[in-house]
Amino acid sequence: MTAAELLNWARGPGLQISLVVFVLGMTYRVLQNYFIGRKASLAEARGSQWGPGIETVWRRSLFHPGMTGKGYFTLIAGYTFHIGFLVTLFFLAQHIELFKSLLGFGWPALAEGLIELLAVLSIAALVAVLVDRLVDPVRRKISDFQDYFTWVLTVAPLITGYMLVNGMAMRYTEMLALHILSFEALLVAAPFTKLSHMVTIFIARWYNGAIAGYKGVQS
Amino acid sequence: MTASIDRGIKALVEQIDAPVATFFTTCVHCGMCADACLFFTETRDPKYTPIYKLFPMRKVWRMEYTFWGKLLGKLGLLKGPTDEELAEWEPLVYDSCTLCGRCSMVCPVGNDITYMIRKMREGMVASGHAPRGLKDAMKRAIEIGSPMAVTPQTFQTVVRKAEEELGFALPMDVEGADYLMTLSSAEIAQFEEIIPAVARIFRETDLSWTLSSTGFESTNTGIQIGSSDLAKHLLERVVHTAERLKVKYVISPECGHAYTALRWEGPNLIGRPYPFKVIHIVELLDELRAQGRLKTEGFDEDRLTFHDPCQMVRRGGVVEQPRNLLNMFAKDFVEMEEHGINNWCCGGGGGVSANERADEVRIKVFSKKKSQLDGLGVSKIVTACSNCRNMLEDGLEHNNMDMEVVGLTELLAEHLVETKDKPAASGEQS
Repeated sequence: MTAAELLNWARGPGLQISLVVFVLGMTYRVLQNYFIGRKASLAEARGSQWGPGIETVWRRSLFHPGMTGKGYFTLIAGYTFHIGFLVTLFFLAQHIELFKSLLGFGWPALAEGLIELLAVLSIAALVAVLVDRLVDPVRRKISDFQDYFTWVLTVAPLITGYMLVNGMAMRYTEMLALHILSFEALLVAAPFTKLSHMVTIFIARWYNGAIAGYKGVQS
Repeated sequence: MTASIDRGIKALVEQIDAPVATFFTTCVHCGMCADACLFFTETRDPKYTPIYKLFPMRKVWRMEYTFWGKLLGKLGLLKGPTDEELAEWEPLVYDSCTLCGRCSMVCPVGNDITYMIRKMREGMVASGHAPRGLKDAMKRAIEIGSPMAVTPQTFQTVVRKAEEELGFALPMDVEGADYLMTLSSAEIAQFEEIIPAVARIFRETDLSWTLSSTGFESTNTGIQIGSSDLAKHLLERVVHTAERLKVKYVISPECGHAYTALRWEGPNLIGRPYPFKVIHIVELLDELRAQGRLKTEGFDEDRLTFHDPCQMVRRGGVVEQPRNLLNMFAKDFVEMEEHGINNWCCGGGGGVSANERADEVRIKVFSKKKSQLDGLGVSKIVTACSNCRNMLEDGLEHNNMDMEVVGLTELLAEHLVETKDKPAASGEQS
């Protein structure tokens, strides 16, 4: 297979396959968890579940009282990475073109310089959390292979994209194919790894808020 | 695989419900829960990271519900928890977790880690991995009726003593009374002054109430050890008594886990809603205050603070009521920097206090409460849980801190406005 053929496969069947795996896989993961079931509490409720559940979905995005320096580091690094990643994914002109071809519509792009800055910050944040995972006794204790594997899957599209945009690639076609394939690998892996938190985080937060809300207490 | 580990794994599988599976699916191993756990903050030992305490249960979840877990399991590359592993985890799950719920408050992805630890204990008990101290307490609760070996005769003696002090007989097994007052083992065995305190308050507020000679204690070691079957057995003593006496309310005492057992887990343990309501004593007193039936006089001049019992406040939802009551008579009430739902545990909840093996680490992590109290300048700590009260007294003594620890209800009773020659309340025997 030539580089051009590989790129064509990545842009065509590869993208379709990865999107189907991502959507079906995530749907399966969510439904599988849901259908394990949850017994309704027979204790008389003091509060409610839905409202507090939704509040907790929002509240866990905020800094909380009594947070330590390590907590601030984790959240700030987390925000920096996620914002950089998502802005790059959804607001780079070339990506919007791809979305337009898939969805039939697009949206205004952000300046390439801004996106580049955010992407670099995102990579830096990912490096920082990796170092923390390797050095900090707590992070090291609770980490396993998947934590490092998903780190590689996450940083790969950012690095290949940065190299592509800045002409750092030896050969453009190969690098573009690699960039697309790296993102497709992320999509395919997401439902089967902890990357599925991109969807289940909202459900987990809701459960937490709902459990507390039922007792009439904020969580 | 031994029969006991088989039972343990089976119990763990049964405990995995939709929230647990979602929590494990969502965990990104960020470790932020560590900074919310006093066992980690005070020892800096990473093994006390709350989510780490769940690793054997996570293994069971992976093998049952994940693609990789199932695949690796089939290939023999991933094995379920072993007896040795659960034995290693026993101190993490019991000695260094008070089920305080603070980790569940800070997890950025929303995992209710305490909810999971409570469930993991079911698997630990089923596999025979529970601390001896808690097992012994459980045995006493089943055989004698109380984890602190309080017998019905002891209870009757304490009641008689209270009656002598009060000068009137207390209502006992009164059918049709509105409220059934229950007590914790520690209240009967150590803090018996609670009985005259509530009797005076209820008499003054014309409450129709009763004690019971059969369902007098609501401490529930089954909840702490993590055995729903045993918890149900203990709970049914109170439930059957309440149903026999046809009361409208059962009053939970100043005891955190009794409240959790009675109020939140109880109906689920017995598999049906109660025909009565459960109310925490502090909740009831605050209702009486709001109705204008509970009046106090004079002020407590001491600078004091309130220690929030985790199960009553963070995990129970009774947050503002103790503060409303304190503000009736406390002249110099100051809050700890982190209080209410953000308060730090006393270190002895969730069965830790009944587990002698945990004494050393429990005393060590009291440094968190000490640091909360240092600089506050208080001479008195008020709380509403007899177990917290014991743990606070123990911790203060070990740290040579000169502070008095008192129960909220008793302190309130000291300021109660009492009518002279008040006629006996409904349910009381004059």
